Amino acid sequence: MNETHTGFGPAYLSATTSSFTEFLGRARPDLVPQLTASVPGAELLAPHGTTIVALRDAEGVVMAGDRRATIGNLIASRTMQKVFQADSDSVMGIAGTAGLAIELVRLFQLELEHYEKIEGTTLSLEGKANRLSGMLRANLSLAMQGLTVVPLFAGVDSAVPGEPPQGRIFSFDVIGGKYEELEYHAVGSGSGFARGAIKKLWRPGLGRDAAIRVAIEALYDAADDDSATGGPDLPRRIFPVVYTVGAAGAARVDQGEVGRVSARVVTERTEEEQ
Amino acid sequence: MSVPLYVPPEQLMKDRAEFARKGIARGRSVVVIGASEGILLMAENPSHSLHKIAEIYDRIGFAAVGKYNEFETLRQAGVRYADLRGYSYDRADVTARGLTNAYAQTLAGVFTTEAKPYEVEIVIAELGTSQEGDQLYRLSYDGSVTDESDHVAVGGRSEQISAVLEGAWSVGMSLAAVVQLGRRALGEGEHPLEAENLEAAVLDRAPGRRRTFRRLGTDDIRGLLGAPEDGPQGDAGS
Repeated sequence: MNETHTGFGPAYLSATTSSFTEFLGRARPDLVPQLTASVPGAELLAPHGTTIVALRDAEGVVMAGDRRATIGNLIASRTMQKVFQADSDSVMGIAGTAGLAIELVRLFQLELEHYEKIEGTTLSLEGKANRLSGMLRANLSLAMQGLTVVPLFAGVDSAVPGEPPQGRIFSFDVIGGKYEELEYHAVGSGSGFARGAIKKLWRPGLGRDAAIRVAIEALYDAADDDSATGGPDLPRRIFPVVYTVGAAGAARVDQGEVGRVSARVVTERTEEEQ
Repeated sequence: MSVPLYVPPEQLMKDRAEFARKGIARGRSVVVIGASEGILLMAENPSHSLHKIAEIYDRIGFAAVGKYNEFETLRQAGVRYADLRGYSYDRADVTARGLTNAYAQTLAGVFTTEAKPYEVEIVIAELGTSQEGDQLYRLSYDGSVTDESDHVAVGGRSEQISAVLEGAWSVGMSLAAVVQLGRRALGEGEHPLEAENLEAAVLDRAPGRRRTFRRLGTDDIRGLLGAPEDGPQGDAGS
């Protein structure tokens, strides 16, 4: 392509990629999120987001995350959102360095939308998970500085063509390794406690409401034992962010409903202790 | 050694324009029409996979006629431009006007400096919050831009089609009415078009959705056309 034109440059007109991040690297490398210098102690200065849980149910999957972000022993935010809709039928949650995690979500959402617009079709769920894994690997130098981001990705997909779609959950490690989880999973500082709680409460074929309840109980247990995870905040009416994915696509569970379930969990736990 | 023949610049431009116009005239037309529920983009297109109509951004749609590979390249460039702009600023900062300028400069650059001009005509539509806020831009092969407000037709028989639209269009028409009008205009002077041979999409003004572009399937189009089984009488209710 001739360089003398104004208008779209060669990166716009001659690119054959359907990936937004790849295009960004070519057209505007300065906008690719990265740290050019190593910042000593950056992992201690930047806020951290904490616990995310995801579990399969009869209709698909439920993913929930608490709202707390911390810097060391301080609470940086009480209202942070850590679970997001990735596209019309998948969701992602993120634990780790908040600033990078939010940027990763923004870039990943755009990556999926960009592919959809360029190609005129959506990626398979497995394809989306592989793309996310590739984007984490591209951030390896940040992970080496202790600025880690650990996502959890879930959606519905028919694993065998012709079969009814079912919920699938993918977890990732800091260097981009991708693992499919068959029942449930949790990431973040409170994940050990959350996973223990889900282990006792989860069973195959849970209904949607029961699955939402299990997710909220698991976050409650994580907050009980992990100071970096926030529990349901009844006085301020701050409750976990919960998304469901079913055959009709991904949707955020109404805050009123999450509030009611959270209040019930708190009440029942109070009675148990008396 | 032969001396290269001198061609006056006027002649050169005229030849290029003639070449592009001929290429465009061979293709079937596209109409973009404003309605109360949104903006309709509609084309006569028997293919269900090679689209002439596409989504660029949340409130911006794209329609094109001419050579497929050329307008497809431009469409992809537009998606890249819009996504990059939305990523580096905010989604609200992506406008049809900025996109149209980038297209105009690209088309003008290719028209004057490349071996051959692009044989395409493009419409960029931006959905407003009300019908008065809708914007339609028509771009020609040489980069010239016209700003239309209500409806626009591009392609081979665009003048006849525009005349039909001009005569029948009014503010506040429903989506069903403009779909019927679009079919009548595209089929003007020829056979009546069937829903299977129409490609259509709408930038939907319904509140609550971020991405407003919605493709209409053959069944949706048939539904909006009324009773297509009866043939051309289907649009009697318009």
